[in-house]
Amino acid sequence: MGLFWRSFPNGVNLLFHIGHYFQLLREVFSKPERFSLYYRRTIEEMDLLGLKSIGIVALLSVFMGAVITIQTKSNIDSPLIQAWVVGFATRQSTILEFSPTIISLILAGKVGSTISAEIGSMRVKEQIDALDIMGINSASYLILPKIVATMLMNPFIIVISMFLSIAGGYVAGTASGIISSSDYLQGIQSNFNPYHVTYALIKTVVFAFIITTVSAYQGYYTSGGTREVGISSTRAVVYSSVVILIANYVLTQLLLL
Amino acid sequence: MIEVIGLSKRFGNTQVLSNISTVFETGKVNQVIGKSGSGKSVLAKCIVGLYVPEEGQVLYDGRSFHTLEKEEKRQVRQEIGMLFQSSALFDSLTVLENVIFPLKMFATMSPNEMTERAHHCLKRVKIEGKENAFPAEISGGMQKRVGIARAIAMNPKYLFVDEPNSGLDPQTSIVIDNLISDITEEYGTTTIVITHDMNSVMEAGDNILFLHDGRAWWKGSREELLASDNKELNEFIFASGLMRQVRSAMKPG
Repeated sequence: MGLFWRSFPNGVNLLFHIGHYFQLLREVFSKPERFSLYYRRTIEEMDLLGLKSIGIVALLSVFMGAVITIQTKSNIDSPLIQAWVVGFATRQSTILEFSPTIISLILAGKVGSTISAEIGSMRVKEQIDALDIMGINSASYLILPKIVATMLMNPFIIVISMFLSIAGGYVAGTASGIISSSDYLQGIQSNFNPYHVTYALIKTVVFAFIITTVSAYQGYYTSGGTREVGISSTRAVVYSSVVILIANYVLTQLLLL
Repeated sequence: MIEVIGLSKRFGNTQVLSNISTVFETGKVNQVIGKSGSGKSVLAKCIVGLYVPEEGQVLYDGRSFHTLEKEEKRQVRQEIGMLFQSSALFDSLTVLENVIFPLKMFATMSPNEMTERAHHCLKRVKIEGKENAFPAEISGGMQKRVGIARAIAMNPKYLFVDEPNSGLDPQTSIVIDNLISDITEEYGTTTIVITHDMNSVMEAGDNILFLHDGRAWWKGSREELLASDNKELNEFIFASGLMRQVRSAMKPG
């Protein structure tokens, strides 16, 4: 049946993959065998996919915040615009777009490729077949803990990113003398709308789900050898990034307008 | 007993298995032999339910596997132990954890009982002192033995072994073959071994099924195998120099 659908042009091929993706999700969300084992695996995945991503996210956030501040200042260097606007623009850019979307795209690269390569390797080494033959729901056992882990951890990572990006902007702005400390602090506090944080966190949770499930889908249906595992990892990053960008547009339309 | 009735499987336009019917007996090492690409592994995967055949049935002691409900299938699968060609041990788990894994998933035992059972299975396959090693840290032969230990941990009724001797030296192959024979006798399992290794057939095979072009071409015992005048079967078994020598030695005079 799979081969039948795959022989059609790309449009129908896409429909085949969408259907297959939702079939996999149905398997993933079916009743787990032993909750205690899933709980332990979720904790392990929170460490692997969440905590171990904090370093790169922190580094990127600090420098991106610094760049946003410097670029904003260089583009609005007008006597008609008040100095605190630089801090305001840094905060808004960070909360609305940089932390939830750009960091999620970076996590799609780091976490998505890890998930796809891990599951893809298990597939080509027959370890998933071994789970299936033991009577274990392999899709649920392998993928569900990753979904739960990223959906729980990514909001924390994004909040850390927000703080560090704004702090990076502060350090760069004040150290280079393009904005005073008081102007920057005034800017990041002015016209603050808490809903924007909620909006950012909703996006983060949706993106976490996309990254994990799209990457897991690519890994789970890998066939062949190590070359195909590499191809699946690349596809995982590309497809999850594309879906994130589409979802970003849809969510922004739905939540901000 | 596992009964296969009229099993056919195709991939696209390629017919891989055609109308295969056979019986795999309980307490016997049932070997499926044939050239590469003859459909041996596909047959095994259809029997264990990894592939769904287009036609035919697989009966596990009378239970038609492919028509069972999802939960019933899962229960049958818990009665199956399988050793894969690549051993398929979980890389991130130690030898002991690999053997405990199916017990943790399904057995109603205390953690101590599970550890005891896993140690017993490892001892049975003569792996001792390597409990805390990871699969990558032990030899291919040891990985196969750990795979067997994991397969027998749940006391299976059906044991599947896919190419047990691939990548192993002849001495280690004999150890693995004897282990499979002994375990079949000891546990009373219905054992199905997929192989193209004639040494393994001579060492451990009770019943032999020869697949050719996806068809069940010949079936018989080890003794009948050497006496057969089936052309395709003879081409396969006497392709090996060792087997030709055996045949010469058997000829009168």
